[in-house]
Amino acid sequence: MSFLRSIKDRFCPPARSTATTAKERLQIVISNERLKRDQIDFLPNLQMDLVNVIAKYFNVDLDQIKEQIKVDLESNNGQSVLELNITLPDASLDEL
Amino acid sequence: MADAEIVVITSGKGGVGKTTTSAAFATGLAMRGLKTVVIDFDVGLRNLDLIMGCERRVVYDFVNVINEEANIHQAMIKDKRADNLYILPASQTRDKDALSKEGVERVINQLKEEFDYIVCDSPAGIETGAQMALYFADKAIIVTNPEVSSVRDSDRILGILSSKSKRAEENLEPVKEMLLLTRYEPYRVERGDMLSVQDVEEILSIPLLGVIPESKAVLRASNAGSPVILDEQSDAGQAYHDAVSRFLGEDKPHRFLEIEKKGILQRLFKSKEREGAY
Ligand SMILES: Nc1ncnc2c1ncn2[C@@H]1O[C@H](COP(=O)(O)OP(=O)(O)OP(=O)(O)O)[C@@H](O)[C@H]1O
Ligand SMILES: [Mg+2]
Repeated sequence: MSFLRSIKDRFCPPARSTATTAKERLQIVISNERLKRDQIDFLPNLQMDLVNVIAKYFNVDLDQIKEQIKVDLESNNGQSVLELNITLPDASLDEL
Repeated sequence: MADAEIVVITSGKGGVGKTTTSAAFATGLAMRGLKTVVIDFDVGLRNLDLIMGCERRVVYDFVNVINEEANIHQAMIKDKRADNLYILPASQTRDKDALSKEGVERVINQLKEEFDYIVCDSPAGIETGAQMALYFADKAIIVTNPEVSSVRDSDRILGILSSKSKRAEENLEPVKEMLLLTRYEPYRVERGDMLSVQDVEEILSIPLLGVIPESKAVLRASNAGSPVILDEQSDAGQAYHDAVSRFLGEDKPHRFLEIEKKGILQRLFKSKEREGAY
């Protein structure tokens, strides 16, 4: 049958192979998922570093401020937005 | 004896050939004189015993040992074919949390002193069961089929290995990962209907340990309860032998990647050797 197939392929080439489509789809989905995984790895570290920096400049309790920091990374259309949200207790601005 | 090396056979996706591979690999290591124990981590879905042909000799299981209802030597089954091979069957309990990290560690530490290799047959998935099977691993054989969902799940399990294994948690040298592509059909690859070895290697970017062709010998082997590596005439059996050799550091060229092209006479006389499903 492969002889017949090669004649057929010569005159009407087959559409893009499904394996090629599969490969391209996998490369996209896997690179996105890897990116997400890596973020999950570094976000807690970033958060810890921020807590320490803030404690240097404000009069805050480390454990307390840990609860008050929100770090989010959103990736969209080739752009990433790092969102930080830090709530400082009133007392932290006193006695500086 | 030296500390055993711990090898997990894992995949994320179910039904891709982990248990087939665990049985073949453990048997292959034992046939080379290495003292090997293969542990079934698939709690509730014990099947390694059937594939190894020792289902009627199961008395105690892994969970019994962890709960100290039996000792390890009462629970391990000595293989009847390979001298250096032992099987530790999974429990049939439906309690998913039957394996505790501490319990597993205790059993593994005990086995480490006696064996050269501890092969862990992982359950499917990326949750507790699969994480328990890979936690203590030194090396991981990632069983993958040339198919989109299997490749994606393999990548997910690679993520778990690099974040949730003991080696990752303790910042030790990372688990050594190896790709074993199974159920490969060169005929379909050539037609463009199936991802090629190179495609999968490129996507997952981990070293290739071997390629096991789709083979009728695998079903025959599981029917008989005899690991396919013992069928030395079969393509899959030979491919598993090559993979074990490579695992042990030998340099073996990959076989069964191309469609066998045979003359009509050879086809008539040797058709029995052709085990592939194409
Ligand atoms: N190379 C092969 N050729 C043909 N059939 C195969 C091959 N490898 C595995 N199989 C078949 O695939 C099925 C699943 O195999 P197996 O039980 O080893 O997978 P598994 O990954 O352990 O599954 P589970 O995730 O349920 O534990 C079985 O029917 C087996 O016979
Ligand atoms: Mg299995």
